[in-house]
Amino acid sequence: MSNDVLDDHIQNEYKWGFTTDIESETFAKGLNETVIRALSKKKNEPEWLLDIRLKAFKQWLTMPEPNNWAHVPYPKIDFQDISYYSAPKKKPELKSLDEVDPELLKTFEKLGISLEEQKRLSGVQSNIAVDAIFDSVSVKTTFRETLAEKGVIFCSLSEAVQEHPELIKKYMGMVVPFADNYYAALNTAVFSDGSFCYIPKGVRCPMELSTYFRINSSGTGQFERTLIVAEEGSYVSYLEGCTAPQRDENQLHAAVVEIIAHKNAEVKYSTVQNWYPGDKDGKGGIFNFVTKRGICLEENSKISWTQVETGSAITWKYPSVILKGDNSVGEFYSVAVTNNKQEADTGTKMIHIGKNTRSTIISKGISAGLSNNSYRGLVQIRKGAKNARNFSQCDSLLMGDTCGAHTFPYIEIKDKTAIVEHEATTSKIGEDQLFYCKQRGIDTEKAVALIVNGYCKEVLNKLPMEFAVEAQKLLAISLEGSVG
Amino acid sequence: MISIKNLHASINGKEILKGINLEVKAGEIHAIMGPNGSGKSTLSSVLAGREDYDVTEGEVIFNGKNLLDMSAEDRAREGLFLAFQYPIEIPGVSNINFLKTAINEIRAYNGKEAIEAKDFLALIKEKQKLVELDSKLTGRSVNEGFSGGEKKRNEIFQMAILEPKLAILDETDSGLDIDALRIVANGVNKLHSKNNAFVVITHYQRLLDHIVPDFVHILFDGRIVKSGTKELALELEAKGYDEIKHQFEKLQG
Repeated sequence: MSNDVLDDHIQNEYKWGFTTDIESETFAKGLNETVIRALSKKKNEPEWLLDIRLKAFKQWLTMPEPNNWAHVPYPKIDFQDISYYSAPKKKPELKSLDEVDPELLKTFEKLGISLEEQKRLSGVQSNIAVDAIFDSVSVKTTFRETLAEKGVIFCSLSEAVQEHPELIKKYMGMVVPFADNYYAALNTAVFSDGSFCYIPKGVRCPMELSTYFRINSSGTGQFERTLIVAEEGSYVSYLEGCTAPQRDENQLHAAVVEIIAHKNAEVKYSTVQNWYPGDKDGKGGIFNFVTKRGICLEENSKISWTQVETGSAITWKYPSVILKGDNSVGEFYSVAVTNNKQEADTGTKMIHIGKNTRSTIISKGISAGLSNNSYRGLVQIRKGAKNARNFSQCDSLLMGDTCGAHTFPYIEIKDKTAIVEHEATTSKIGEDQLFYCKQRGIDTEKAVALIVNGYCKEVLNKLPMEFAVEAQKLLAISLEGSVG
Repeated sequence: MISIKNLHASINGKEILKGINLEVKAGEIHAIMGPNGSGKSTLSSVLAGREDYDVTEGEVIFNGKNLLDMSAEDRAREGLFLAFQYPIEIPGVSNINFLKTAINEIRAYNGKEAIEAKDFLALIKEKQKLVELDSKLTGRSVNEGFSGGEKKRNEIFQMAILEPKLAILDETDSGLDIDALRIVANGVNKLHSKNNAFVVITHYQRLLDHIVPDFVHILFDGRIVKSGTKELALELEAKGYDEIKHQFEKLQG
């Protein structure tokens, strides 16, 4: 296909790139102890939390910035040029939706996120509880009362700090220690909000829980923490979505997600990441540097991560599972798409500690344009992790010949009873496949969507229904015209 | 149905088709035979709209429209079907989903609404029987893990579903055992009507025992050098391509 056709297709718009004009309270740029104290005070935090923030900050100051991590160099970030707190001015201390700024409601409506509980979303009765996070604060958490009847706590982390300090104190930092890595330390020092979710013993959460992240203000970073605790025998499926306005500057999103699964508990965490990826010349876009980790604390627990990564200028993330409990199960299903000048370095770590622990890794990378897409993963079988099993499959799909796909599997085995399998393939969307589709009356765009969705099927099947449909559309949009 | 006039085509600057003339009317079956490298597959690729080839001269009128102006997908939507010599695998995309997408794209182009689910299933069932295709195969990914024979049968199955006006079979017989050959040929014979036409490209005469052509053309060095009836194929079978080659070279010389 000629380059003109290709260019036409590539210049598709990022549909979520609008900005909401809303009066915000934004901290002056800069990061120091005073800012952190101010932030903590703003949120009316207890002393112990401020201490944690300050400790993390002190440690962060001593840590080197990993700005040439692996294959992914990025321009040095000026941490003094970022504002660490930005919130819509009308502080939403809300009893009902009527009190939410209509501009905010409109924003989320536009993003396809309904904050009205009765609202039918695309003809389907909404059965998803949403925590909507706008810049640094949670705007609204839906279905709280319905969930509370079952004893499920689902609220913003700020509220949880006030209302359930004992739980936060007990669990926050358990899986991702406060100074685990450079960006986790930064997050601990300056995190502004996030979601907290607690499923009590024996409860199967009656609906999907989700957090929707929206960056709006310019010159800010988003640093949120999510904490999910599943007590014995409980189950929850959690979804996360995100978008940001289209800007020439790079914005930093450095989040931390922690999951704790007790005995017989199961947590399913799904992400559809669609931060602004920058324009076709690589200008602007979100730096998505995220630490996600879960622990299967006790026996028979299960954590599975499913992610569809299409956005961000640079993505680094390795959603991991520590398999501590015997017979626990960790899963990682990933589709990562990069186009134009995007870079993604993503994968997982499966740390086997308990006996008979099992992990599965299915990673599907798709690269187009001038992008680079890497799978980086660690499978570690510790001594005493008897009969641990891992199966990894890492596939790469290339579109055109100007992009790159890389696979870096690290395997460390300290126990002889382990069985670890690794499979990897690299393929190219062939002219032949496209021509075959076209000869059956299917145009290029539909053909690419068909082929890519087929390639990702194993992963997309793991997403909850509503998300799977979104993800399929998103894949098609992200790759529009990427095949010549 | 289709009228090909003085068609020249080249790939990477090398001319493969050097002036093809061919007229196919509705209801007819034409066979194109020729030795390896004579341009048989190039002809089918050019007609189907493969972009690797440059058409340097000539014209092709398909049902009153200029075929060469159309994209590959529009040619398909206008009713041109190519049964591939080497059908392509599309992992993860079920045969059913693939066909449903295809059928609805073609319908949309022709101003028709998408097919009803139950009508589609009925169609699948009916045509499956026609080509004796194992029902397990329709649920599997397109051609993935199919045997050579299954792939070819799947092509005929797709053809049966899409009901083209003109079907080009590119060496559909190659790699088929005698039973599969019979099944493929039966499929074609059952689909054949006074409203459609077939161009059967083959290297060997044996397929023509099952699909009886109205005309046989011999392609050599990018030109049709001889046309005749069914008997021409038998003659060719008896004498081999060397005879033709010899004659033709003498003509040229």
